[in-house]
Parts: sequence; structure tokens; C-alpha cells
Amino acid sequence: MSCRGNKAKVRADMSCHGMNVGSSGDCDAVVALVGNANVGKSAIFNQLTGLEQTVGNWPGKTVERAEGLLFHNGVRLRMVDLPGTYSLSTGTAEESVAQEYLLSGAADIVINVIDATALERNLFLTLQLIETGIPVVAVLNLTDAARQRGIRIDVRKLGMLLGIPVVETVAVHGRGIHELIDEAIRLLKKGTRSRRTVRYGPEVERAVTGLEALMRRGKRSRWKALRLLEGDAGLSRRMRQKHPDVVERASALSLELGDHHGEPASTVLASERYAVAGRVAREVMHVSSAINGRGAEMLDRLSLHPVLGYVLMIVVMLAILAFISILGGWIAQGIERAFESANPRMDGFGPGLLWNGAVVGLYSALGVAFGFLLPFYLILSALENSGYLPRIAFLMDRPCHLMGLHGKASVPFIVAFGCNVPACVGCRIIETKRDRLIATFLSTLIPCSARTIVILGIVGTYMGPLWAISIYIIDFLLILAIGRILNATVKGRSVGIIMEVPPFRKPVPRLLARQAWARFRPFLVMAVPLIVLGSTVIEGLRLAHAMDELTLWMSPMTVGWLGLPAFTGVLFLLGILRKEAALVFLAAVAGTVDIAAAMSPVQMFVFALVMTIYIPCTATIAALAREVGWKNTAIITFSEIGLALLVGGITYRALLPFI
Amino acid sequence: MPKEETEEYLEAVLDLSGEEGAAKTTDIAKRLGVAPASVTEVLQRLAKDGMVRYRPYRGAFLTEKGRRAVGRLKRKHRLLEVLMTKVLRMAPQSAHKEACKLEHALSDDAENALCRSLGAPGSCPHGSPIPPCELDVGSCAECESGDGSAPKKVARRVIPITSLKPKAMGRVAFIRGGRSVVRRLSAMGLTPGTEVTVLRAAPMSGPLELRVRGCNLAVGRGIADKIFVEPEGSAAT
Repeated sequence: MSCRGNKAKVRADMSCHGMNVGSSGDCDAVVALVGNANVGKSAIFNQLTGLEQTVGNWPGKTVERAEGLLFHNGVRLRMVDLPGTYSLSTGTAEESVAQEYLLSGAADIVINVIDATALERNLFLTLQLIETGIPVVAVLNLTDAARQRGIRIDVRKLGMLLGIPVVETVAVHGRGIHELIDEAIRLLKKGTRSRRTVRYGPEVERAVTGLEALMRRGKRSRWKALRLLEGDAGLSRRMRQKHPDVVERASALSLELGDHHGEPASTVLASERYAVAGRVAREVMHVSSAINGRGAEMLDRLSLHPVLGYVLMIVVMLAILAFISILGGWIAQGIERAFESANPRMDGFGPGLLWNGAVVGLYSALGVAFGFLLPFYLILSALENSGYLPRIAFLMDRPCHLMGLHGKASVPFIVAFGCNVPACVGCRIIETKRDRLIATFLSTLIPCSARTIVILGIVGTYMGPLWAISIYIIDFLLILAIGRILNATVKGRSVGIIMEVPPFRKPVPRLLARQAWARFRPFLVMAVPLIVLGSTVIEGLRLAHAMDELTLWMSPMTVGWLGLPAFTGVLFLLGILRKEAALVFLAAVAGTVDIAAAMSPVQMFVFALVMTIYIPCTATIAALAREVGWKNTAIITFSEIGLALLVGGITYRALLPFI
Repeated sequence: MPKEETEEYLEAVLDLSGEEGAAKTTDIAKRLGVAPASVTEVLQRLAKDGMVRYRPYRGAFLTEKGRRAVGRLKRKHRLLEVLMTKVLRMAPQSAHKEACKLEHALSDDAENALCRSLGAPGSCPHGSPIPPCELDVGSCAECESGDGSAPKKVARRVIPITSLKPKAMGRVAFIRGGRSVVRRLSAMGLTPGTEVTVLRAAPMSGPLELRVRGCNLAVGRGIADKIFVEPEGSAAT
């Protein structure tokens, strides 16, 4: 029961990604939390670890990884929250993370969280977990919701049939958590594995026995044999080196099984496993009529209604947008005012750099973080935990197909109108890496509130609302076109939506706050220093009078190609930091408050258009880097600069004869 | 009577039969450009073969057997269209004309080989769905990876789950499409033989909401088109 030894490799993985909790990772045992999505796994994780947790990514993947420590009667347990998964054998990013982690032997025991309202489907995973040979304790969660639906489950019988300890909980209220901890520690001490693994049909069992013999009954040989029969590409790749004979034999047996049953081996195994899950579920479940749930059913029908569903969605989305824009602007201004009131107003290079560069950078970063990102995280958690998110995805799936994406992309897109930073982060809810990259790219093109300020402040004020709207239209057409191009060029194919539509649940504010804070903290740590740095560099350039040089250097682009006044070069540079800064400094660099005197209507239009497209702001770049990596961030940034120049130049030439 | 002629008649009956299911003799005659009298004669012969049910003065409708034969023909036609547009880069219009002729000559083995090598397409270039094959396989992935030996044929009435009406129930027969999709669906409980109820469909041919093993599942239309079920009762549209 030590964390060292064979776990050294995993531990090294953790520390190089800054995932270590506490000191050098000392603990008495590692406990992995595994379960389907939407079963209250994170609620249990939060109850077990309190605030002693860190959230980050799994090495090399944008799959959320949460870890925490639990102290109980002098025992230190490391809790690892594995991503929500329905199976250990389908090869999505989440599942391969969970599977590889369990296979590495890093976990001493597994806590399997089960949704009591969907026992049969949850038991499918439980049976697979038992097959891994790691000691399992099952948590029957959401028992209150099950009771409301008239479902009663015989917990003792379930434990007996599965051969593992089972604990009942209502995690959001903390009920049953102590019993769970006791049971987990008891299991750690005894280390008993369940003997009640699924017995498959004779052909499958014969194949498994044969493969196990080839592997000389090594560690977890039954599981490996089953996984190979199911055609696990990752595992066969890893095993090919040492056991080429096993891998060869397994693929031959797998084909044979497929021939015999007329279905692929993976389907045969899944069917048989589901048959067992169904049998167990029927034996322990007693269903009487539901006590209530009329309200939830009404809400369910409303939220998915072909007309009212959209109305509800639009209302909710507008409310979120208004909330984030108004509250965000208010908080950001508050933070700015608080800092500015302490402005010592000193001149000179050093103090100027320190204040206008570093401090202004700091408060604008804090403004974005606390004004826009933290509220968004709260809302995202609420949407996820209440079960509304999958319903939006259901309704918006078809419209999203226009851009080659599926329904889940609609939420980050809507949020992007408020601020691109939370939108990039929100793209995480999309499963495949490819679709996530495309959605992230597109969401940085959506005019956020800062860009709206520029569009309305210049074009709207001096040229009228129709011109302002046409900038939006050009931008949307561009998003549509880029979406199509990306879809045709980025490798892979968009897989349609396959997702659970869980029943509505009332979110618990305390848990939402914890979840939001845990997700928010890494941004604070990583992005804020980056923004401060960027701000200082640009201010340094300004103070060193290098801006004029840069303006001159940029003039072939700004003056020659876009037909803008030379001073706009400075604004484009400032806009990298904060887009609305372009409007704020416009009067200062143009040398007049009357913008109409400094720019012609065509110039205003082109300026606002280019400003909208040309580059994500530093905060967005920092968020992008965290979500899609520096390489993709660079690709997105530079292609948007190119795009802005292209569209701006064409628009300039197209509009010149008319206005 | 030559095979080609039989098949043309069956197709005409299918296309011309309306809501009540009967295709009028005169309509068939007009379409095929033959005399009504000879149409009656052919229909009577088809009725004897069990392909259609024929009622004088009302017309003909397809029997289960006839329906299968036409389904097979449509499948050949559309697979050929895919071959000609995607591989041979022909225009959809000429591909259609070409396929009309070749569909009658294509053997069943060649048809299934074509399906495999084209990657089991779901629809023809004109957007019509390609009916599933009648091979006893669990999914297309398996057919594609098979050793080429002919799987046994079965007669069962399977339709895509997207053809089920809301609230209708069916049993999963097999799932078309790539391995990873088949696996993800089976992990969510959609294994062959499982009872599925369609709860609702999102507008604008959006996803379907299904009830499977006590849970609700949203499945995109593209994927749902590849889930084939045996309808329970007369639930098919």
C-alpha cells in the first residue's frame, strides 16, 4: 500500500504537469473515482476532498484531470477523478485516459459511482471495472432521485451479486460519504477483489483461456485478453513489442468470434455484458409508481419542444449573455477604478512602464478573469449539473451542422458574444479533438463585447446602425466560410452526436462554486502573468518611441493595402492587448475628438472590420494556448491576421467607388 | 418474362402506389409506354409469383416479397450511382441513366462487394437513402473486415430507426458504420436485440431522442440513419 514503486512513472507524469497536491506526493494509497457522466461523480469528489484539489489536463490531452487529498484518521488518500465514461472499451479520449490509468496500476482501489436511476447502464461499467482485477467499491448515488421515481434498490443483494461492497449516498447533501470513506479504507486494508466476473459464452471463454495461457496468467491477464478480443488498438500497440504472439492470436480469435456470431467481437462482448447487467439490475430493483416528478417531466417536455424549446433556449442564452456582459463590464470597471484611484501618476520611463504596462495589464487581466471568466464558469457548471446543456445541444445540432459542427458547439458560440476567453474554455464540452479545435477557432472570430464597443463606437455612431450590422453580417459569413474550409481540410471526420440526456436536477450552489473555482484557478495562474508581460512589452515599445517606427513599418499594410491613416498602426498594436483600447486611444492618436475629421467613412468601416477579425486579444491567446496548445494558437492567430488583411483590403476596394 | 422487365414493373408499382398502396394499371402503362392490356397480363403473372397483390380495376400493390425485390434493386441502383459519381467522376444525371440499365445485370455478390469497397455509403448522390443489405452481419465494420466468405442471407424486415414514428418501439437489428461509432453506441446500451423507443426528433432533421435501457439518449441524424431496427407491431411509417 505505497504510492511509490511501480507508480513512480505516473507520479512523474503528474509532477511535470504541476498536478502535485501538497508536498512531494506522499500518500498512503491512491483511489480512482470512475463513473458515467452525470452521475454526481464530481459531487462525491468534492465531498471527499473539500478544497484540497487541483484541476488540470491529462498529459497531452484536453481531458480535465482533477486530483485531491483526503485525510481520514491519520490516513492520507489521493483521490484521482477519472473522466466520466460509459465504458472502458470504445477508445474516446476520456475512455483511453481512464483505461490507461487503471492499466498502469497506479490506483490501489476504484470507487465506482453508480446512478441509481439508471442502474442497468451503470452496471455495464461496473462489470468492466471488476474485470480489471482492481478492488472496487461501488457507490449507489442519487438514491433520492431514484426513490422519487419509485425505484428501490436492494443494496445488500447488489453487493452480494457483484461481490463488492456497495454504499448508498446522496452526494450533493453529503449523505453516506462517511460510510463510503470507511468502506474504502476497509477495502484498502483487505484488498479483496471480486470473484464474480462476468462469464461469457463458451466461445468467448475458450478464447480468453487460450490467450491467458499465452500470457502465462500475468497481471490482469483476463482483462487484457478481453480487451484484445474487443480489438483495443491502444493495448495491442503497447503489447505488440513484448507479446507479438498474443496480439496475433487475439486478432485471429476476434475475427473467428465475429464470424461465429455474425457480429463483431466487441458487440458480442458488449451484448453479453449488458445481459448480465440487465439480469443483476432486475434482481435488485423494485419499481413502484413514481411519487412525483411531474414538474421535472413538464420541464423536460418544454425544454425539448420543437417551438417552445427554442424560445426557452433563446431566453436562457440572452439572459446568460446579458448577465456576463453587464456584470462582466461592471466588475471589470470596478477593478479598473479601484486600481486607477491608486495611480501615483509619475512620469518617466521606469514608473510609466510599471504602471501603464504592468499594472494596467494586471487589472485588465483581473477584469477579464473575475468579470467574465469566473461568472461563465459558474454558469457552465450550472448548465452541466442541471442537465440543460445536452438539451441545448439536442436543439442546436442541426443549425451547427452548417459549420460542420454538432450541437454542443452552440454554447461556447453564444458565450463568445460576451467574451472569447470563456468561449475557448467552453469548447471543452465538445468530445473530439478535431471538432474542439474547429469550434475554438471559430469562437475567436465571434465579435465579443469589446469588439462590439469598437463597431458601435465608430461605425454605429458615425455611419449608422445599418453599416454596423453589415460588419456583423460580413463576420458571420466569414465564420461560416472558415467553418466549411476547416471541415474540409482538418484531418478526420466529424462524428455526430451521441450523448445521454439526463433528467433535470437541481444544482447545489456550494458545489457549483467549488467546481467553478477549481477550474478557474489555473487560468488565473497562467494567463494573468502572460497578459501583464504582453502589456509591459507594448508599453515599453511606446515609451521607447518605437511605436512610430512600427507605425512606419506597418504603413505599407495599413496605408498602402487597407487605405487607412498611418496612425491606426498604433491602434492595431494596442488592440492586441484589449480591443476596446483601440477606441479609447483613437482620439489621442488621431489628435482630435472628432473621428469623422480624421477618417473617411470607408476608412472607419474598414478599420472596425479589420479590428473585429485581425487577432485574438492577449487574454484569448492565453486561453487558446491552454486549450489547443501553442502551435494551434499560432496558426489561429496568424491566419486571422491574414484573413483580416484580405477581407479589409477587398472591402476597401469594393466600397471606395460607392462612399 | 425477362428479369429486367419484371424488375421494371415492380419499380413502377412501388413508385406509383399512393397512400392506399395501389398502383393503377393505366398509370403503369403510361409510365412504361405499353398497352394497358399487357400491363394487366404482366401483373397477373407477378401476382402468381407472389410479388404483387393484384385487384382488377383497382391496381396492384407490392407484397413483402415484392417489396424486398424492389428494395434490393434500389440498393443496387444507388450503389452504382455512388460508384459512378464518386469513383468514376461521372455527372449525377448520366450516372442515374447508366445505373437504370446496369442495376438489372448486377449480381448479388457484386452488389455486396460494391457496398464493401465503397465503404458502405448511406445515401445515393441524389440524397436518397440506400437500403441496408440482407446479409446477416452485425454491422458494416464487420462486413468490411470479413474474410470474403459469404455471410448467410436472412429474411427480416429492418428499417432505419429514423423511419420509426415518435413513441414507436423497435428492436436493434444491426448498426451500420465505423467501428468506433458501433462501439460507442453499444457502450450506451444499443446492442443487437435491445428494445428502443423513439421519444422525439429535433426539428430540421436534427437528432433523435431515444429511450434505451431506462435512459434517454440523443443520437445525431447521421448516426441514427445507420441504426437499423425491427419495428415492433406496425410502427413503421
